[in-house]
Amino acid sequence: MSTLRWYGDLYLTMARLAIIEQFQYRAANYMYMIGMVAEPVVYLVVWSVVATQQGGEVGGMTPRTIAAYYIVWTLVRNMNIVFTPFGWEQRIREGQLSGQLLRPLHPIHYDLAFFAGWKVVVIVMWLPIAAVLAWLFRPEIDPRLSQVAVFAVAIWGAYLIRSMLLWMLGMVTFWTTRVGAAFDFFFTAELLLSGRVVPMRLMPDWAQTLARYLPFESTFGFPITALVGPISDAELIEGLVRQAFWIVAGAVGVALMWRRATKVFTSVAG
Amino acid sequence: MSSGDSAVSGDHASIVVDGLGKTFNVPVREPGLRSAVTSLFNRKTNDVVAVDDVGFTVEAGEIVGFLGPNGAGKTTTLKMLSGLLHPSEGQASVLGYTPFDRDKEFLRQITLVMGNRNQLQWDLPALDSFEMSRAVYRIPRPEFVEQRDELIELLDLGELVSKPVRNLSLGERMKAEIANSLLHRPAVLFLDEPTLGLDVTMQRRIRSFLADYNRRHNATILLTSHYMADVEALCRRVMVINNGSLMFDGDLELLSERFGGHRTLVVTLSEPADLSTYGEVVDDSTPSRPSIRIGGDEAAAVTARLLAEQPVIDLTIEQPPIDDVIERAFGVEADTA
Repeated sequence: MSTLRWYGDLYLTMARLAIIEQFQYRAANYMYMIGMVAEPVVYLVVWSVVATQQGGEVGGMTPRTIAAYYIVWTLVRNMNIVFTPFGWEQRIREGQLSGQLLRPLHPIHYDLAFFAGWKVVVIVMWLPIAAVLAWLFRPEIDPRLSQVAVFAVAIWGAYLIRSMLLWMLGMVTFWTTRVGAAFDFFFTAELLLSGRVVPMRLMPDWAQTLARYLPFESTFGFPITALVGPISDAELIEGLVRQAFWIVAGAVGVALMWRRATKVFTSVAG
Repeated sequence: MSSGDSAVSGDHASIVVDGLGKTFNVPVREPGLRSAVTSLFNRKTNDVVAVDDVGFTVEAGEIVGFLGPNGAGKTTTLKMLSGLLHPSEGQASVLGYTPFDRDKEFLRQITLVMGNRNQLQWDLPALDSFEMSRAVYRIPRPEFVEQRDELIELLDLGELVSKPVRNLSLGERMKAEIANSLLHRPAVLFLDEPTLGLDVTMQRRIRSFLADYNRRHNATILLTSHYMADVEALCRRVMVINNGSLMFDGDLELLSERFGGHRTLVVTLSEPADLSTYGEVVDDSTPSRPSIRIGGDEAAAVTARLLAEQPVIDLTIEQPPIDDVIERAFGVEADTA
């Protein structure tokens, strides 16, 4: 079996198992997703009120384009759920990592494939939620074909970037055991500089400039804007190139850290 | 390092270990607020030697018992040999590979089963976990199906593999764990307490399966267990480790004869009696059911005398627990050192 076919088989098998497992917990998944919708609905309502009070728009966004932004946000957010550093703490403390290290496979493949499978469940479950939100908030969205195509790629790019960022953050656990504080710092930076709380075009210029040099916008703001717009084809390509850069940088970072991390691994949980 | 290019030589050996050691650097702190604050500026650590200068060779197809009390260094050694831990010193070679290089080809040929660890997907039937192992170990489907069905039959798993793992009993789960660990037909098995917490029937089943697997595939097995029955049923050779150092390496019979040759007779009497003339009374808390310790070669004679001379209702001959044998071994080692 060629290496490429092997990886294909591996990813399909693991993703299939994740789908089977997550459909078993459809009720829990739904409750989780509904809880998650509360966050963008709050942002949506706040920014819609601000837009209305400012004569119908804020930073060029009307209540209906804001609605489009935050409804697409709900899908992008779910696509961005990956293995967290808190999971890493548990993995090491409870000795689960030992089992993974015994396999002739880099554990990141397991996480990527498993969460990718979970996304399939998430997308299926997201559709009715999106329909209800669209009915309530009447979003204005009219993407070009190129936007839809780039969005379809960009949400997976966002997934890969965020997976690798949080993998690197999680691997700090090999040295410090507890990474909660570092994760909180990361989360705050991501919240402000990704387009998660506020669309980046509504942020001050210095924040937009800073965001261009960080990976966060590639995981939230870019995929959402790719579909919702306004965005030119040149900006779509630039966004994809940025994502590609962060994917490669993330992969190199993970590989380097993993090599060192496995050397210091001493099975805390025995 | 590739197969056959080992730093530690051994022509037909599966496992060659030379001067292997592992020292953990452990933070230490006195209890209380003051020492907590002090430790912020002056962090103290202790070196704890878990394994010290251990050396041995295990031939291909051999089953070796690796014995020792809790904290002796058994699991640490197994972890170093399976590539989970980097040693602090010394060398090891397993199937010609240096374990801590974690070469993918090496990992495809070994397995480590820990009685207190669960590798199966908790919420899914074991069959799904088996499927994942197939993909991870690149097992061709026809070979996988054959091996899976054989393991299901030999371990009497039947319909259990179709139930979610969380619904299985401890013994059922352990059998499924073992099946999952052997799907890729490993040449070297590191088994750390594989029968831990299982009932006698299940222990026996797993023992006979392991013996059969060793025979069929000429697999090398390094086994730790606190159950003497496991060791006696499977291992002709045992290694005893204590405080990280190898204290004994040889025939099991030799170990028992040298250090654990005694037997314990538990005698149930119709009325209390003094049995001190038959052997050393080790438990007389229930006067009508005393326990006496005798030499292993005296068992037949003393039993016959007891039955003839005392009002015996019931009598049980117990072998010394492995920990007792080992404890005695350490006592003798210490006395003769």
